[in-house]
Amino acid sequence: MTRRFAPGRLLAWLVLIVFLALTVAPFYWMVRTALTPAADIYSDSTAVFPAHPTMINFWRVLGLVDNQTARNAGGSGAQIDFLRYTLNSVIYCALIATAQTFCCALAGYAFARLRFPGRDLVFGIMVAALMVPPIFTLLPNFTLVKSLGAIDTFAGMVAPSLLMTPFAVFFLRQFFLSVPREVEEAAVIDGAGRWGVFWRVVMPMSRGPLITIALTTSVWAWKDFLWPLLVGRGEQTRVLTVALGVFLQQSPNTQPDWTGLMAASTLSVLPVLALLIFLGKRLVQSLNFTGIK
Amino acid sequence: MRNAVAVPAAPLPDPPGEPEAPARRRRARDDRGIAWLFLVPVLTGFAVFYLYPTIRGVWYSVTDYSLLNTPSFVGADNYAELVSDAKFWGSLRVTAYYVVLNIGSQTLLALGLAALMHRLTRSVVVRATLLLPWLVPNVTVALLWMWLLDANLGFVNHLLSAVGLPTTGFLRSPDFAMPSIALINTWAYTGYTALLLYAGMLQIPQHLYESASLDGAGELRMFRRITLPLLRPILALVLVVSLIGSFQIFDTVAVTTKGDPVGATRVIYYYIYQQAFTYFHMGYAASAAMVLVVILGALTAVQMRLLRASRSDLT
Repeated sequence: MTRRFAPGRLLAWLVLIVFLALTVAPFYWMVRTALTPAADIYSDSTAVFPAHPTMINFWRVLGLVDNQTARNAGGSGAQIDFLRYTLNSVIYCALIATAQTFCCALAGYAFARLRFPGRDLVFGIMVAALMVPPIFTLLPNFTLVKSLGAIDTFAGMVAPSLLMTPFAVFFLRQFFLSVPREVEEAAVIDGAGRWGVFWRVVMPMSRGPLITIALTTSVWAWKDFLWPLLVGRGEQTRVLTVALGVFLQQSPNTQPDWTGLMAASTLSVLPVLALLIFLGKRLVQSLNFTGIK
Repeated sequence: MRNAVAVPAAPLPDPPGEPEAPARRRRARDDRGIAWLFLVPVLTGFAVFYLYPTIRGVWYSVTDYSLLNTPSFVGADNYAELVSDAKFWGSLRVTAYYVVLNIGSQTLLALGLAALMHRLTRSVVVRATLLLPWLVPNVTVALLWMWLLDANLGFVNHLLSAVGLPTTGFLRSPDFAMPSIALINTWAYTGYTALLLYAGMLQIPQHLYESASLDGAGELRMFRRITLPLLRPILALVLVVSLIGSFQIFDTVAVTTKGDPVGATRVIYYYIYQQAFTYFHMGYAASAAMVLVVILGALTAVQMRLLRASRSDLT
């Protein structure tokens, strides 16, 4: 294997390392800015490390210091509480990921294993819904939620994705098709009903794909912006992405509050980073075309 | 909106058509009751938030509706107005420009990156690192790059002036705003796209490379003669999935430029959003969204075909 030490291989590694550096560097700069005092932003905006590192930007976007202190540290004086927004984001993600995964597993199993008239037709219509871009249903869904008086409530925010997405149903049905029938038949012979087979045999066996779909749903909900912007802009239901947008608008256009914005941005990256560290392997392996086997 | 999860559906083979044992067949007829119970939550969600709004969306598109009045039928008026609406055509042009820049750069870089990983390393750490920008909200990515590209204090302009080039207010310039947004999203999605292509490359039998290598073929030749042809079905699939996502660019524009300067970044999603929620032209917005339905519907139909095609190719 002399090829392994060829100069071409060294060059290839260099290119890969450049890719990795370009991926990570902007995040480094985000954190670096978040640790810089707002007063230093002109004089100290090129060095690799901030001259006077500080945590004040984090404390003020989290609403942990009084208004005067926040203003002195570069804030606009507007009410800001990223502790609450982060919590709202977590609630939004958790509600959608758990309920949607459970409901879609039920349906995916029914489509894969149960026999009933109209099965393929109903499934076909659901898959066809994948063709409709979200903005098309978003307009009528907004008027529906508005007419129900559910603007600025968690109920209104989670409603459209709480029970299903066509993709999750499709994904889980494909998985259940690949589960060997023999296991289920053994359970049936032991006297288990359809529900018993599903809940005590199939679900525990399918932990991998269920976690995969719950993870991708969480990531999707964590990144979601347009729907929460329309339906959950109020302080009580404002999620991180919407709060970042509002924060940008509140800060003066000529000179945005960059240190505060980068501190708030860092808060939106930290949970994702934790996810990557603890579940990175599963996440990376789930991005696979043969997928879930 | 590029945050729709675009994990390509796993093209699992259908279970082999085993002949049904008689005992199984007897039981199989009894599922009707329980099946509908299993389906109640999903059917409810589907009917209320997918089927009903799809029908209502089509209805809105032939009405005059401002959120305050009751929709009144106007026939094809909205569509006629669309045809003569320069801003609408402009938004389609701007979107196409964005898609070409974004998909072009992203696909080429991702292909290179995937090939590098495939021939160099199986490291999970490398792959997880490349996935990080995709996991971060588009809003955060947009803010982060707004700061890096800031006209006065941005790091990129520091770099430019350090090597003696003129500095630019990237996102405020009519010429640079759209390319900047396209490249921001290329940065955010290249790693993810590369991982999908890499997964496709892993399916290519290793022995092909070994025997080619014995025959004295170099890496570039192997890439052209083995990797590219065998990856083709998956490459096509990834391309279509990214195209569909790319057409729905919204978050980055909404945060950084709001369609400015002078409409240079007013993409179709943003135009629909403005019509609906800034001017309350719900009916008109719905008719513009219908055009998007047609474009993306066609692309999705292609995707489904490719999905079926990719099953047979590499097995």
